Amino acid sequence: MKLTVNGVERSFETPPLTPLLRVLREELGITSPKAGCQQGGCGSCTILVDGAPRRACLLPVAALDGAEITTLEGLGSPEALSPIQTAFHEHYAAQCGFCTSGMVLAAHGYLEGGGTPERESIQMALAGHVCRCTGYVKIIDAVAAAAGGEIQATQRWLPQPGDEAPVEIPGAPA
Amino acid sequence: MTAPDVLQPSTPEEAVLLFEEGVTVIGGGTIVVPELTSGRLRPKKAMLLTGAGLAGISRDGPRITIGATTPVSELESLPAPIGPCAANVADTEIRAQGTVGGNLCAGEGLESPRGDLQAALLAVGATVRSAGAGGETTEPLEDFLQHRKDRLLLDVSFEEPSAGAFAPLIRPHTHDYTALAVSAARAADGTVRLAASGVAGYAVRLPGAEAKASDPEGAAEVATADVTFADDALASAWYRNRTLPVLVRRALTQLQEV
Repeated sequence: MKLTVNGVERSFETPPLTPLLRVLREELGITSPKAGCQQGGCGSCTILVDGAPRRACLLPVAALDGAEITTLEGLGSPEALSPIQTAFHEHYAAQCGFCTSGMVLAAHGYLEGGGTPERESIQMALAGHVCRCTGYVKIIDAVAAAAGGEIQATQRWLPQPGDEAPVEIPGAPA
Repeated sequence: MTAPDVLQPSTPEEAVLLFEEGVTVIGGGTIVVPELTSGRLRPKKAMLLTGAGLAGISRDGPRITIGATTPVSELESLPAPIGPCAANVADTEIRAQGTVGGNLCAGEGLESPRGDLQAALLAVGATVRSAGAGGETTEPLEDFLQHRKDRLLLDVSFEEPSAGAFAPLIRPHTHDYTALAVSAARAADGTVRLAASGVAGYAVRLPGAEAKASDPEGAAEVATADVTFADDALASAWYRNRTLPVLVRRALTQLQEV
């Protein structure tokens, strides 16, 4: 069976009921989807399947033949963050970081689906995601800012031409 | 642990042909996959329905038919009580993956009743088409629920109600199964059906309360007589017993206002 992961086509011989999460982390070395509760209850393994947020721990890999998977590594690059990544950065929406990739991808799905800056609808969209640092206020601030188009144009904290070579991220598109 | 033999039918006919009692059926995977990951479930044989062509909602006049592997999220736009009930299941991602068939067929959970959608579909008088020993049958959902583990659900259908209402207990967390929720619907011929999810192993009709449907207070008083309540981590039997009359009253009052 075949999957396209962050734009790169991959073939597998994995047993059909293996959760996608295990394939991503252990076969492909893509570690932004976290193995949290592994029963769909924490949101930290959230990835995009054909653009829509899903739980990688709940998806049997055989159900995804031919699908396009996007993980955080494929959403933006350190040189060009996606709008929601920029918003998370600007609003200090990450603490320990364990829930962040799931939050970012769910929020990305929310924005792509025409999500508004209303806090209540952001809360509903992120209801399945747990932040054990309890950093919800800043996360919702970030999503609201991105939904309202209030992202600063200057990304001065990002690597600049002439900086050291950026860290290589496994699974990121070349 | 040896990996199970996984059947992957590519048509409804093939799914029916391959189904046998004891095979672990997987719709979206939201219930079965964590059981496999944890090792609590070690099936010899499993059937993955993703490619079986059993998804989709179709309409034929007032009759709505929902295929077994239709994601719960696709029910959110259906009339009450189905729509609001579907929107009250888990979170965005789970609703987009979990299927109607899985929700209806789910066995009792380790801690609490499952099957959030069962009562809403009982209230609209749904019938279930299923395959298994003795061939294909179509029967009322009430009857299907009692032997659901031996059957392969193909689709569920119902006549669009003239009015519907949904009254749930607010969930402590988005991922909790329904602790208690009452669905009410008035059929085109005026018949009112009432059913409750979360009371015990699977959802039940409330015939005593249905008989007094035009009187929400009176119906609330008799509602608990038809039910045996589960006592579990989500809610005590005492709590369910105290709240069922409240939800029955709310659902019937809502129904009168529709």
